[in-house]
Amino acid sequence: MSDVAIRVENLSKQYRIGQREPYKTLRDTLAEAFMAPLHAFRSNGRTASEMIWALRDVSFEVKHGEAVGIIGRNGAGKSTLLKILSRITEPTTGRAVIHGRVGSLLEVGTGFNPELTGRENIYLNGAILGMKRREIERKFDEIVAFAELEKFIDTPVKRYSSGMYMRLAFSVAAHLEPEILVVDEVLAVGDVEFQKKCLGKMGNVAEEGRTVLFVSHNMPAITALCSRAILLKQGAVAADGYSHDVVGEYLVGGRETMAEKVWPATDMPGNEIVRLRAARVVTEEGEAREAFDIRRPIGVEIEYEVLQAGHVLVPNVHFYTEAGVLAFVAGDQDPDWKRHPRAIGCFVSTVWVPGNFLSEGQMFVDVAVTTVKPKRVHFHERSALAFHVVDSLAGDTARGDFTGHYPGVVRPLLKWTTRCYQNNDKETA
Amino acid sequence: MTIQQHAGELPTLVIEPSKGWVPIRLREIWEYRELLYFLVWRDVKVRYKQTVLGAAWAIIQPFFTMVVFSIFFGRLAKMPSDGIPYPIFTYCALLPWQLFAYSLNQSSNSLVANQGLITKVYFPRLIVPASSVLAGLVDFAIAFVILIGMMLFYGIRPTLAILALPLFVLVAIATALGVGLWLSALNVQYRDVAYTIPFLTQFWLFATPIAYPTSIVPAALRPLYGLNPMAGVVEGFRWALLGTANLSWPLLGVSVSVVALLLVGGLFYFRRMEKSYADVV
Repeated sequence: MSDVAIRVENLSKQYRIGQREPYKTLRDTLAEAFMAPLHAFRSNGRTASEMIWALRDVSFEVKHGEAVGIIGRNGAGKSTLLKILSRITEPTTGRAVIHGRVGSLLEVGTGFNPELTGRENIYLNGAILGMKRREIERKFDEIVAFAELEKFIDTPVKRYSSGMYMRLAFSVAAHLEPEILVVDEVLAVGDVEFQKKCLGKMGNVAEEGRTVLFVSHNMPAITALCSRAILLKQGAVAADGYSHDVVGEYLVGGRETMAEKVWPATDMPGNEIVRLRAARVVTEEGEAREAFDIRRPIGVEIEYEVLQAGHVLVPNVHFYTEAGVLAFVAGDQDPDWKRHPRAIGCFVSTVWVPGNFLSEGQMFVDVAVTTVKPKRVHFHERSALAFHVVDSLAGDTARGDFTGHYPGVVRPLLKWTTRCYQNNDKETA
Repeated sequence: MTIQQHAGELPTLVIEPSKGWVPIRLREIWEYRELLYFLVWRDVKVRYKQTVLGAAWAIIQPFFTMVVFSIFFGRLAKMPSDGIPYPIFTYCALLPWQLFAYSLNQSSNSLVANQGLITKVYFPRLIVPASSVLAGLVDFAIAFVILIGMMLFYGIRPTLAILALPLFVLVAIATALGVGLWLSALNVQYRDVAYTIPFLTQFWLFATPIAYPTSIVPAALRPLYGLNPMAGVVEGFRWALLGTANLSWPLLGVSVSVVALLLVGGLFYFRRMEKSYADVV
């Protein structure tokens, strides 16, 4: 047997856009059936535009013991790929050959039942994830200890805090021992301490020589855990190689992200309440631009359409550095709109980052609109925009006359004061 | 998708698009029997959580239905009951009926109810409706205790025919599963199914000899009546427990054949539609 764990050959998956609707009623199908000849008569080839390829001719090989990160923007096909490899959905064409037992973790706590106790859920969830009963019994104490829930193990999980719930869920999953582990963005659970513990556990899995496929938006985690990464772009493999190189290419070379982005009417992110029409990075003059002088203010405009009146909406932006570090988040605090329900209509909200605040280099901006009470994220477009900040060497910025590498996520020009409390000149005079 | 495993080697899994009818692969279901067990166990555990009466509900439902039937059909409408006291005559039929109706309802909604599992984890999807059907057996066992009490009260002695009872339970379950497979698969596509189920069970209740004896159905029509497998089950229950006159073999024969057709057809239809569940549900 060769040392190949996973071989993917020309894998493609097509979705009908209509299938993304939650479900159809029989009436709709009947109506479609009756209308179909009419449609065919009126416009031919209309059906082709209703199909999208979530994955297109993806091929790669993963060797036993390799840890591979899969990265890409939302909708690039990462989750579809994992779903096919976990046998949740079938490919439309192409094939994949897998040598070894696959354990997939697309979500933590799948099948958790709030009425059951922690103990009962460990057994249930373990069985759902493919563990044998004896295996669960053997690891039971370890799972409970890892989750730090010894005292609450016989309490129904509906009484757990969300942190406790996630800890228990991750802990069960972390004790899976298949030859091949397929993991979707699941590490973002619990508090910082627990996240570190999870990352450590994932690192162990990779070191033990098991094969890992790992999807994440957390670039530092990808580079830390995986030696190799595959970048997916619009359903196809755009890059495949050392994780540092591929992550760099994703962050910097992502030419899809620019200073301005306008979504087509058929594909606007959002929901029945609000939809994102466009976003841009602008100068004080309102001009979309990709490069900014560090001394000038930078505006981020979010243009959105409110479809349902009566909701309090908070537009917000998230600024990331090239390395994927979240620099800061800013939500709309304008007293004119804060806590005021919106009417139906189109809005443009602009947030201003002052000049002499951000550091030099590339920044990525997520744009989102959220309702705080009850919490609901209407849309959140990751890395929707990107721009460069260029420092000046004129001596009037935070770096002053220093021309070398000047580190830091922000580079604010702060006020300094100095006072002299002992003047030696006077004494000698 | 195919799985090949040779001794000492890692299992090899080939993932490919499937076309048309696919094999049922009962062996894979056997491999997942522990999951089946845990899902049944979950349904049973959760069912009466946070209720005051708890498992008493399993008795209350058939018991009060029997009381109402005895008053309206037995007492007021003077429905014949083949010489057996009407309450036990109808309760004996309500038992398999409740098993069937509950299992059918649960299994038809099972794929939609377990959406979270289906879109996130792989396992043979047949386990989902199968576990819902099996969970109904626990209620059945509880309600059966009342029947034993009633038999003692009316002084009815079971004959050797009682040994055939598990067979009729099996037919009731197979009917529920057979219909449940079709409906659960359809329910993924068309949520209309969820609305038709209460209507369907109500209609089916009257088409089954629960409140009345089969003897009021003209003899010539009886094999036709057997097209409703639950008619055969109810007849069988009365024959096995209460010692009613001879079992109508043609009727039972038709019932069993219909169940077999429903079940096998349901299995294949379910498997054929399986690939779309995660995308559509």
